[in-house]
Amino acid sequence: MTAREEILGRIRSALSTVDKTETVVSRDYEQTIEGDLVELFAERVADYRATVVRTAADRLPEAIAEQLAHFGISSVVTPADLPAQWVPHADTDAPPLRVPALDATDGVVTACAVGIAETGTIVLDAGAGQGRRALTLVPDFHLCVVRADQIVGTVPEAIARLDGTRPLTWISGPSATSDIELNRVEGVHGPRILVVVIAGAPEEVPQATRMSSISTP
Amino acid sequence: MTGTWLGMPPFPEAARKALGDTQLRTNLRKATGTIRGKRAAVVAERADWEALRVAGKEIKDRTLHNLDTYLEQLERNVTAAGGVVHWARDAAEANRIVIDLVRAADADEVVKVKSMATQEIELNEALAEAGIAAYETDLAELIVQLGHDRPSHILVPAIHRNRAEIRDIFLREMPGVTEALTDDPAELAAAARAHLRRKFLTAKVAVSGANFAVADSGTLVVVESEGNGRMCLTLPEVLISVVGIEKLVPTWQDLEVMLQLLPRSSTGERMNPYTSTWTGVTPGDGPREFHLILLDNGRTDALADDIGRQALRCIRCSACLNVCPVYERTGGHAYGSVYPGPIGAILTPQLRGVTADEVSPTLPFASTLCGACYEVCPVLIDIPQALVHLRAKAVDAKRGKPSAERAAMRVAQWFFGSSRRLRVAQRLVATGGRVLSRRGRIGRLPGPLKGWSGARDTATPPRRTFRTWWESR
Repeated sequence: MTAREEILGRIRSALSTVDKTETVVSRDYEQTIEGDLVELFAERVADYRATVVRTAADRLPEAIAEQLAHFGISSVVTPADLPAQWVPHADTDAPPLRVPALDATDGVVTACAVGIAETGTIVLDAGAGQGRRALTLVPDFHLCVVRADQIVGTVPEAIARLDGTRPLTWISGPSATSDIELNRVEGVHGPRILVVVIAGAPEEVPQATRMSSISTP
Repeated sequence: MTGTWLGMPPFPEAARKALGDTQLRTNLRKATGTIRGKRAAVVAERADWEALRVAGKEIKDRTLHNLDTYLEQLERNVTAAGGVVHWARDAAEANRIVIDLVRAADADEVVKVKSMATQEIELNEALAEAGIAAYETDLAELIVQLGHDRPSHILVPAIHRNRAEIRDIFLREMPGVTEALTDDPAELAAAARAHLRRKFLTAKVAVSGANFAVADSGTLVVVESEGNGRMCLTLPEVLISVVGIEKLVPTWQDLEVMLQLLPRSSTGERMNPYTSTWTGVTPGDGPREFHLILLDNGRTDALADDIGRQALRCIRCSACLNVCPVYERTGGHAYGSVYPGPIGAILTPQLRGVTADEVSPTLPFASTLCGACYEVCPVLIDIPQALVHLRAKAVDAKRGKPSAERAAMRVAQWFFGSSRRLRVAQRLVATGGRVLSRRGRIGRLPGPLKGWSGARDTATPPRRTFRTWWESR
């Protein structure tokens, strides 16, 4: 008997007296939340000690340039399909950079798929403007652009928008650890600096406003 | 069970030793206190927390009650997405599959993401025996590995170490680290980053576990903080994931519950820094080969037990450890298993068998039954109920063998068996009690009663029993 047959057989005999009708899952938890989602998102991302910047959509390239300059990022890589005007002098990841080259790059600028206000999370799904997973992992600085209309309130809303069969990366703040005395310390293996730029409709935000920042580690 | 946990003393013995370690108790009190506060704060933010817990319980029950169907569905979906599914009856079989895969990839080292399943099967030891070096990349696992130590907590295996001890371990074991390293946690984390960087960028094979496996999409999920998980799941050419068969959830939608329950319960965060999900292989993005090893190793035995089965709902958040008054004082090593604390006390005896070794039958007694674990469990595992159930099993397993407790019960049975004998016994107790009594209390007693009476006074039996009073009315 193969291991597969044996394990499935053990399961079936273990469950022989169990009622096999599917347990109904009651989903009485919150599906949506009220209020200014963009504001909440900005607040919650900043809670993780990421830098959050709000800008009008038509000022996006300037806002990105300001942040790159602020953190002293000179070499930048972007996914091949990121709008070229966002970071005019960037290297694109086409053909894909090898890992050592990626490691030698200061930072990466990408878009995202969804932002979750309640948890301050951005989700990348390797879709438009996001590139492959290694791109946002190896460089030490990640600037992620979130359009205001990509922000949803809750985790259930995000799950509904996302395709589970795509490779996803959920990011809530910079890399961190709680392994020393259960205190959170930012900056381990993933990017140590995370900058989230929220791009609103042009009329919404008249000029770039800085929400919060941390000093460079 | 092989080397690492073999010959561990029974819980009471190990606990007594741990209680004498004041440094350990200080470290644990500090760490569990911190995490309890953080968890309470983020849970209080959610008015719908109880509804989430109920949904979490129901999702896992639904999984367990139809486990064969969901496993087959997962297998189909992973295979369709380009992954390879293997099945392992026990630890030895799982380890052999991993070793064969690493050799087939022509590698002699692997990078590892923290995984309870691979701890449970003692994969690192098996790999070492096969000449394959395993590098733990989670900070706490690294501290344990470099310290030649054992894990003592599900989430933070090095919780028993404070920053000064961690600095000493790094100084001793990490090449290139100098006396200039301080015990500032940020500096220690930076040292780990530098130490592992080259390994990540050059490793050919990675081994992981998974927090969840989604049956209807074939998706695997790893929840982490540091980015070591992302490194292992993304950069190597071959990814091997060892996953317990109970880790399934039926649908993609079910993750909306689990991804809210887990981070709040484990690290006390609204969301953990990184969650990665992947389905088979994606050309041009991540590993070229993906192997999923589905592990039984005693889980089907637990599944067959109507009360014990609920332990398989566990999502390994470790909230029950952090609130447990016993765990806080003894630490995790006393439980003699990779799964310490309240959940370990019900999981270990079921996975190994209640009479498998010296430790297992003592674990269901490693609790005050205060119920704090049940109150924080995100999937509503009634740990006290399972503990009592397993206590009965541990006692049943010893039936027929002579013991002092059994002899005492036999004597009691004889006395309680007739009113005449009970009357004699009461008279004897009343007289004997007065002889032993000091100021109305009976203190420490000699012989086999020492264990009970050492910390408890007994009231002196009254001169007149109820019966004699009743008869004299």
